[in-house]
Amino acid sequence: MGSTNQYDAIVIGAGHNGLTTAAYLAKSGLRTVVLERNPYIGGATVSRELHSGWTYSNCSYVCSLLRPEITRDLELPRHGLQVIPYGGGVTFTRDGDYFGNYSDHEQQYREMCRHSKRDANAYERFSTDVMKQTRLIRPFLMRTPPDPTSLHPSQLRELARFGKAFAELGEEGFADALRFWTASIGDFLDGYFETDVLKTHMAGSAIIGTALGVYSPGTAYVLLHHYMGDVDGSIGAWGFARGGMGAVSGALQSALFSFGGEVRVDAGVSRVIVKNGQTQGVALENGDEVHAPLVVSSLDPRRTFTKIMAAEDLPPKLVQAARNFKIRGSSGKLNIALDGLPHFTGLDQRSPLMKGDMHCIDSLERMERAYDDWKAKRWSRDPYIDMLIPTQVDPTMAPPGKHMMTVFVQYCPPELSTGEWTDADRDAFGKTVVDQISRHSPDFKNLILHMEVRTPREIENEVGLTEGNIFMGELTFDQLLFNRPFPGYAQYRGPVKGMYLCGSGSHPGGGVMAAPGANCAREILSDLRRPALVPGSYSDD
Amino acid sequence: MNTLATRPAHDPRAMLETPFHPRIAAANGLQSWYNWKGYVSAERLDQIEFEYFAIRNATAVFDISPMTKYRIEGPDSEAFLNRLFTRDVRKIREGRVGYGVWCDDAGQVQDDGTLFHTGPDLWRLCSQERCLDWLHWSALGYDVRITDETASVAALAVQGPTSCSTLRAMGLSGIETLKPFELRSFPFHDGELMVSRTGFTGDLGYEIWTSTALALPLWDALFAAGEHFLIKPIGSAALNIARIEAGFIMAGADFVPAEQGVRHGRSRSPFELGLDWLVDFDKGQFTGRRALLAERASGSRYRFVKLDVEGNKPATNSFIFGAGQRKVVGTVTSAVWCPTAKSNVAMASLDMPYGRPGEELWAEIYYMRELKWTRVMARAKVMETPVFDPPRRRQTPAPRF
Amino acid sequence: MTDTHDVIIIGAGHNGLVCAATLAKAGRRVVVLERADRPGGAARTRTFAPGYSVSSGAHFLNQFPVSLIEELQLAKHGLRFAAKGLATVALQADGRHLRLDGAKAAATDLGAVDQQAFAEFHAEIASYAAVLAGAFGRRPPRLVDSDWRDRLGLLKLGWDIRTLGRDRMREVLRIGLMNIHDLASERFEDARLRSAVAFDAVLGTSMGPRAPNTVMSYLYRRTADAFGHAGPSIPVGGMGAFADALAAAATARGAEIRLQAGVASIVVHEGRATGVVLDSGEVLNASTVISNADPRTTLKGLVGYRELDAGFVRRVEGIRMRGMAAKLHLALDALPSIPGLDAANAGDRLVLCPSLEGLDEAMNPSKYRQFSAEPVIELCIPTLHDPSLAPPGKHVISAVVQYAPVDLEGGWTAAARAEFEARIMARLETVMPGIGSLVSSSELCVAPDIQSEFGIHGGHWHHGEISVDQLLMMRPVVLFSQYAMPIDGLWLCGAGAHPGGGVMGLAGRNCAQEIIRKRASA
Repeated sequence: MGSTNQYDAIVIGAGHNGLTTAAYLAKSGLRTVVLERNPYIGGATVSRELHSGWTYSNCSYVCSLLRPEITRDLELPRHGLQVIPYGGGVTFTRDGDYFGNYSDHEQQYREMCRHSKRDANAYERFSTDVMKQTRLIRPFLMRTPPDPTSLHPSQLRELARFGKAFAELGEEGFADALRFWTASIGDFLDGYFETDVLKTHMAGSAIIGTALGVYSPGTAYVLLHHYMGDVDGSIGAWGFARGGMGAVSGALQSALFSFGGEVRVDAGVSRVIVKNGQTQGVALENGDEVHAPLVVSSLDPRRTFTKIMAAEDLPPKLVQAARNFKIRGSSGKLNIALDGLPHFTGLDQRSPLMKGDMHCIDSLERMERAYDDWKAKRWSRDPYIDMLIPTQVDPTMAPPGKHMMTVFVQYCPPELSTGEWTDADRDAFGKTVVDQISRHSPDFKNLILHMEVRTPREIENEVGLTEGNIFMGELTFDQLLFNRPFPGYAQYRGPVKGMYLCGSGSHPGGGVMAAPGANCAREILSDLRRPALVPGSYSDD
Repeated sequence: MNTLATRPAHDPRAMLETPFHPRIAAANGLQSWYNWKGYVSAERLDQIEFEYFAIRNATAVFDISPMTKYRIEGPDSEAFLNRLFTRDVRKIREGRVGYGVWCDDAGQVQDDGTLFHTGPDLWRLCSQERCLDWLHWSALGYDVRITDETASVAALAVQGPTSCSTLRAMGLSGIETLKPFELRSFPFHDGELMVSRTGFTGDLGYEIWTSTALALPLWDALFAAGEHFLIKPIGSAALNIARIEAGFIMAGADFVPAEQGVRHGRSRSPFELGLDWLVDFDKGQFTGRRALLAERASGSRYRFVKLDVEGNKPATNSFIFGAGQRKVVGTVTSAVWCPTAKSNVAMASLDMPYGRPGEELWAEIYYMRELKWTRVMARAKVMETPVFDPPRRRQTPAPRF
Repeated sequence: MTDTHDVIIIGAGHNGLVCAATLAKAGRRVVVLERADRPGGAARTRTFAPGYSVSSGAHFLNQFPVSLIEELQLAKHGLRFAAKGLATVALQADGRHLRLDGAKAAATDLGAVDQQAFAEFHAEIASYAAVLAGAFGRRPPRLVDSDWRDRLGLLKLGWDIRTLGRDRMREVLRIGLMNIHDLASERFEDARLRSAVAFDAVLGTSMGPRAPNTVMSYLYRRTADAFGHAGPSIPVGGMGAFADALAAAATARGAEIRLQAGVASIVVHEGRATGVVLDSGEVLNASTVISNADPRTTLKGLVGYRELDAGFVRRVEGIRMRGMAAKLHLALDALPSIPGLDAANAGDRLVLCPSLEGLDEAMNPSKYRQFSAEPVIELCIPTLHDPSLAPPGKHVISAVVQYAPVDLEGGWTAAARAEFEARIMARLETVMPGIGSLVSSSELCVAPDIQSEFGIHGGHWHHGEISVDQLLMMRPVVLFSQYAMPIDGLWLCGAGAHPGGGVMGLAGRNCAQEIIRKRASA
């Protein structure tokens, strides 16, 4: 045994992906340490008590994409994770009515009929088509993307697997897939629905976390990204992690500990040490060094290659690619402690609709104009809001009778036309959002006990997500599959021997999936010729 | 854009009740309900055997109000329907009903249903599945108006050998002269009843259609009149036995509606469901015509058969094996023990070329007795006709029993 | 009733004429039926003010393969060029114009790094566009229910991509679905260069520079290089003269062209096209009917949805063809002055698109069915190359202007037109001060006018948006990209079919070849 700073593997960042990779490396018997800059773990998968008695999932706030294969394989439930499904959803309209999205099929049909019978019928076709496409993608989430330029038999085999999946869709299914991957959600929904409020409700998933508008081609795919998760086999369903999203990282850390891995907090990495084309370890911000032949970064690719790695250790083209990597902040977040459950105009407080995602924009045009603001480097004056009150489902997050509200906001630019964000800007942004909600909830303002407002500035500074982009890189085709993060680097291996990427900047991307972390661990263990430990995906049939 | 004023009020209930619900709830001793397209519907109200024999022995009443119903009207309604259906709907004269299927472009069945020609340029389409979206796209280029009238039309199936007598006793004079697949209106209170000689039981029977306001008066009149003819309300479970016995297919059980499947290639063409007689290539264009012509030329993938299965264990969910018991050649879609015909019947979808009339195949059956599972291989012979097809089903005037 | 023809072609647009010439050469008895009194469709020269003529539709010949010009011997049939291989000048209000001539980017203060970057970009894009051009010359392959020819086509496409080399293959797979805003920003520092490239990507589409797909539409445009064009060309006598040469070539090969013979409908009997009915009521029979009209007009208007499967109808209704480009024709008393521009370059293709942001802002209102407050413009002064188009000493400007949505909120009223024209003129004033006082007459054609003049649904000059989901095997709709429509004997040969719009002629030629091949194998 060498010094205490000598390990087999270092993982930079204790987000859910870093912890997942570390857990598998430790499980394989490698002496593994996770280095975390913050005094707490979790990255963007955290629960914070910022107001006494209240737990905020103050970054990511709902859970669906977390791969069940990993949850089961790492025994996360035994380590404290419980994901509780929630249902419902509602979009409030300016005329005082709303569109409710029930989880019960027939109730949903009837509510849609209230707005348009044709749309209620077309919804069947819409869900079938979405399901077809998620079934195409899901088997590839837990696989490393092939290199299309390689003629190696293993890569050709993997490519053939893609080809086969496409062929199984049939010729029309293939065309629909291309439409899905390239169309704007607005155009896409126009092919099914006539009612604006319905389209608007559906379109939300297509722009969340994305610097694109509802009329921007490519947004239909983002919708798919939000639909490809499941809770207990119910595809497209979402749930809350009991105790907040920190329960996910907490369980992963506990699993890591059970395999003998270590986590150090307050241990920000300043530099990855490279000698003779091989990683040697890392230097910490406090000047210490930690050594290991394996260094895995869960930071986003731009941060990894431009902040903690030296340009002279890297191919110039890679540095250029890292700078060009699109990682655009487009979202803000409010976390609010409430003295009671707010009333919403026209909606009974006991309605199951309130237990789901609630929205305050009722037309695609308003959504698109919200995006125009982002393009002009302003936060949206009439913002799109995805708000939830998880304390209606999870009894652990606020004192009895009190509530916690999480409010996700599009759009919020990383930099304003007036320059950097200031505290005053942030407060004004918070006011814009609170006013927007108050239009549909007269008693909301009076119930606010504490409020945390996070713009891309806060998210970047506190969590380390560049520009506050929740997916660690836009989900456009030039940054998906074998292009994620850059062509030639999609198989989790970095440009230096012993260096790997395990964050959401790699395939299959963000959304608290833990798939990048698991896939990365699989590649590392394969390079080390260690037994394969990481599970593949369940059959979707 | 919709405005609040024109939009119906929000109804937060999870399930709706049909107009007949108060009576059915009162009669439902077993309180066994299920969700049929958002409506509280009876699965069984009494012992299933008693309900079944009400169909085959007396008069059984089943509430079909949740069935999807569209009103189709306008100068192009016939042309529109003729392009929709695979059969020639021009042959369904006013006052008649026709059974048919419609397909997608690939000639795969979307659904089956009955088409009521209720007046000049006026039709009602009844189906299991909702299809307004498909009707909308099919209607482009036609002067036709389509209205979903599922919620505004109350309907009962009145089936069984004494059903005609019951209706006569209720005052529907001349009902016995109504021919199979014919429909006729009768005045009733301040409105009317539309009666068609149709059903899903393969027996003598009628379906009665009326406004929701007349639903309870209809029920009461019917049960008063039918008392001596041993009228009995039934649930879906008994009806299902009767329909399998009669050899009727059902969407979702015997085929996947073409637009609902997420797995490519799981749907079936009319030929593959044994519905060749419903496809008319001589009538001109209909959706799926090109694909079905191509299928007729190159051959189908599957054959749909009725099987007479050895023994008395229903071949539910069974794999069907070829003659040598080695190769799986298909699967059972519906199976039941038929209490009247005393036969063990199954319907199955088989790979071509299996399933020729008279061919002997094998059904792999699993059954459980007191927690002990047993596997048997039972002979299964392809039948050409349903096991139960009584003459009274077709006789006009309808016989009195 | 006459049935002296094997083949009826509806519409004498350039694709219809190419199709006619190709089939006639193969021995078919072809008649082309044209509603207008001249052939050409959107390739047309028209007098818009007394003494002033202009190419009223397309004003450049840019993508029509040089090999096809030679194959059809268009020079022999009268085609002459007034200008060839024009450079593009991106005009700037401050006079620091940027000139793009092939791979060469030049401006007084353009840095060497950007000059080099543009040269490399130009060559790189040309290599990708060449792959695309190769696929454009063939019918699109079917992917699932494919025959040997489809598989061969796919292999060829795969091989062409692979032979780009590993780096370029990776790059094209990355940027293929990207947006031009990001790509141009990655490659260039100079704002003028970025916006000039982005402008070419969105011209003729309804997309803005941030729309993924716009790199594809840029590649699409740049197939011109592979077809032998160093830049846009202008025929003597305008595009109408080009159409005349095509018509002469078709006629010389034995095709008959009937003008003022508009087709009212296509006759379908038992799922088979048997002929057409003319506006006059006359019926013409033929075993092959080919439509040069756009897919919506052909299938909805001429065939009628009743003769088609409903799912196919749904796909046809889903074709995006929202016309966004307008044309402005100006009759000028004198040549306008363009401060900062070398007089020798005034005849170039001139582009007015100040910045990426400005391009985005020009597009934004179109999302809400409004026109650009500050439109972006492509223009040329054809009279500098071909004085015959205007009285001596006078000039003509032909401009393509975006964004002017076909479905303008409130409609294209006289007031809306006047306001839009004023906004265009205001933009022109920024680079051509005093131009307003030179205008003796003007004509603004917005998308509804283009729809009525050329019979194109939505006034979309490509017969359908150029985007990935509407190209190759998805054009016009999936399963029917190989020119044969789901009615026996009915074919589509216009820009709505693969490889699409622009004056390219390949849809017409590919369609003809497919018909010839089908007969040969039957």
